[in-house]
Amino acid sequence: MSAVSATSKLIANETMARRLSRRRAADRRFRWYCISAVGFALASLVLLFVDIIGKGYTAFYQHEVRLEVFLDPDVIDPSGTRDTEQLSGADYALLWRRPLQQLFPDADTRSARRELYRLISDGASFELREMVLEDPSLIGTTQTVLLPAADDFGQLLKGHVKRGVPESDRPISDQQLEWIDQLSAAGAVSTVFNTRFFFSGDSRSPELAGILAALVGSLYTMLVTLVLAFPLAVATAVYLEEFAPKGRWWIDFIEVNINNLAAVPSIVFGLLGLAVLLNLFGLPRSAALVGGLVLALMTLPTIIIAARAAITSVPPSIREAALGLGATRMQVIQHHVLPVAMPGILTGTIIGMARALGETAPLLMIGMVAFIVDVPSTPMDPATALPVQVFLWADSPERGFVEKTSAAILVLLAFLLAMNALAIFLRQRWERTW
Amino acid sequence: MSLFVLLAIVLVISVLGYRTGRAHAVATAGGDARNLHSLPGYYGIYVALWCFVPAMLFAGAWLAVEPSAVERLVISGLPSELRQLPEDQLGLLLNDVKNLASGNVVSREVDPLLEQAAARYRSLRLTGFASLGLLVILLAVGGLVLARRRIHPHLPAIYKVEGTVKTALLIASTLAVFTTVGIVLSLLLEALRFFNRVPLTEFLFGLEWSPQTALREDQVGSSGTFGAIPLFTGTLLISLIAMLVAVPVGLFSAIYLSEYAGSRARTVLKPLLEILAGIPTVVYGFFAALTVAPAIRRLGESLGLDVASESALAAGCVMGIMIIPFVSSLSDDVIRAVPQGLREASLGLGSTKAETIRKVVFPAALPGIIGGILLAFSRAIGETMIVVMAAGLAANLTANPLEAVTTVTVQIVTLLVGDQEFDSAKTLAAFALGLMLFVVTLVFNVIALHVVRKYREMYE
Repeated sequence: MSAVSATSKLIANETMARRLSRRRAADRRFRWYCISAVGFALASLVLLFVDIIGKGYTAFYQHEVRLEVFLDPDVIDPSGTRDTEQLSGADYALLWRRPLQQLFPDADTRSARRELYRLISDGASFELREMVLEDPSLIGTTQTVLLPAADDFGQLLKGHVKRGVPESDRPISDQQLEWIDQLSAAGAVSTVFNTRFFFSGDSRSPELAGILAALVGSLYTMLVTLVLAFPLAVATAVYLEEFAPKGRWWIDFIEVNINNLAAVPSIVFGLLGLAVLLNLFGLPRSAALVGGLVLALMTLPTIIIAARAAITSVPPSIREAALGLGATRMQVIQHHVLPVAMPGILTGTIIGMARALGETAPLLMIGMVAFIVDVPSTPMDPATALPVQVFLWADSPERGFVEKTSAAILVLLAFLLAMNALAIFLRQRWERTW
Repeated sequence: MSLFVLLAIVLVISVLGYRTGRAHAVATAGGDARNLHSLPGYYGIYVALWCFVPAMLFAGAWLAVEPSAVERLVISGLPSELRQLPEDQLGLLLNDVKNLASGNVVSREVDPLLEQAAARYRSLRLTGFASLGLLVILLAVGGLVLARRRIHPHLPAIYKVEGTVKTALLIASTLAVFTTVGIVLSLLLEALRFFNRVPLTEFLFGLEWSPQTALREDQVGSSGTFGAIPLFTGTLLISLIAMLVAVPVGLFSAIYLSEYAGSRARTVLKPLLEILAGIPTVVYGFFAALTVAPAIRRLGESLGLDVASESALAAGCVMGIMIIPFVSSLSDDVIRAVPQGLREASLGLGSTKAETIRKVVFPAALPGIIGGILLAFSRAIGETMIVVMAAGLAANLTANPLEAVTTVTVQIVTLLVGDQEFDSAKTLAAFALGLMLFVVTLVFNVIALHVVRKYREMYE
């Protein structure tokens, strides 16, 4: 081989071969850059989901402590009149503290007792009260009740609070640890599906906090958004596509406005809501109505753009056939164009609504960041929305709120996923190519 | 609530109008709908519109005027020494009157004078509402009678109805313009009030941002300086970090999707990437604050670097991940729009695929890609939740990505969330920042849209 390579032709061949292999290596490298870019993006996606699910799945179960509670008439209803005011004002904490103390007589000092009581959530008293108010005939009987464990207790059993660390570094004392072990050994601690998370409003205590109020707030907000944005967007799209005289400056102006609004930062819409809707029109702060109005303005361009695309894709032959049979322009639109374009319009609407559902910043501006315990009953009531609830909980220092935040995110993502799946389904089921 | 009842009444009258209009039209045509100009239903709608539209327009105008008119009447009923009060105190007094009238908690001592005013307010509102209801119902019924009388077989009801609908469509389509005007006016007016107190030059060129204004005269360290340069540099720093992540990843992903991936891989990968854009930003904020920032901090510590727990790097990286799909899907579109002939010519001359992409496809697609990057950049500047949750609050003038910086959007949120008095320089500053944000993103968007459109025309 080496003897032959002396000729100049072969030298040329060899440099060419070397260059070629370099170029091929560069080609392969380039392909690898592309693949690793996609890989990076997908890995980020997976990491995000794994992280959130890993942090959040524990919020879907909860620990409860089984206690035999004697609903003492002397405490609840000393006068024996079953008067509702008296029933709701009674000291229910006493009721569950008694059996707890009987279980652990070793807690004999005042501070030890206080530590013992801290194993059960403050919400226990409310739940006992609800139980009694619902059925006053229970007074005087002994009931086996499941009371929510306090946050620190739950976090220990879920493994978020480690036993191994020194006592001063964990929120649970050695003494409490011992009680928890005794309770667990006696089979009094049970793990249940966390219904409180889905059926209660916000709370300062993580073990009682739920997403219902935020969910209903989001529902009202989305309802207002849909009712306003959908008809207005369809009307705009129909006008621009079917009636607008071409080439007029004011039509161009409207179109430029729509395209620009689609790219305006969402927080600016919040500022608009604050300055115009709250301060000028005097609408109530924190109301889902105002949130819906702001989000409707924000979603409008998205739906308009999608609706226009759907309307343009309706073949002109359909319009012409209908016009030829004597239909008016409006009848053509009403009977033919809109029904044919509707799947596309709905897909765009759902995607716009999904974006609005996840939007947080404009809602902060109009004060939907309140601490809402009660489920709002009308769109005028103070409310918060699901993403805002995520934001609020993410700010809370308690360990228990980390899992609540992640779980609320999972619920939010589930809604978004469902909406997008619906949009894809609509597109594949109904969209026609002509 | 009673407004809804009124609306329901008007709706019922309109439905009645539809039915009588339809029936009357058929009757005037001698019972044979073929003698009518339009289909009978259009005569019904014609009457219904006459019931509904004037009544609703009147109600809208009334509701826009009534509250302030009632307030003025209540004030004029107050004794003169109260009427002489400065405007803000008068507003507070009026608020108390309203609260007392609706049975809410009142902030001051309830004296007979206040009660009197509240009673007056209540009775005025009641009279006002009663007269509104009466007039609206009268208008609706009047419209019904009038329109019904105008029906005859030759009335072109369909044109009248369609003309009205067309006007409604036109009005709907101007809403976008009104929204823009509303944004510009509200931002501009509040910002002008801000610049009355803080000179524009201080805002644009000042190096120190500390919006805490003094609650008491003698308070220390709360002078309230509004130099926005640290905010602009902070925003720029975080956006640049985001672009450093998003542009290479997004661009290479787009190249992979458009040039390498088969059609099946494409249909799977493209929606997967777009999920990244569909995730709410508050989720990214949580991810950045709780996972990425501590990870970067630990990494920095193991390298002996001092990393702030709210470093610009963490917020920027996560924002970059969020923006990847914006870059990738726009670039993907323009790369696919490059004519196939260019690729084939290049390959035919013996260049490798990578060389074709780098030297032929990429330069041809460059203007469109730049447009996409500009759009992504404007999105990064306006992004709020990630930086609110993961970036700092203190305005540091630094280019070090490991330190905490703050951004324009973070400051808008912190200035406006929570208790606020609407006239302080602090809250007005938020609108000045909002105006800056709006103008800058608008400029970026206009340029980007222009570039993209121009590029698209090139190959069409």
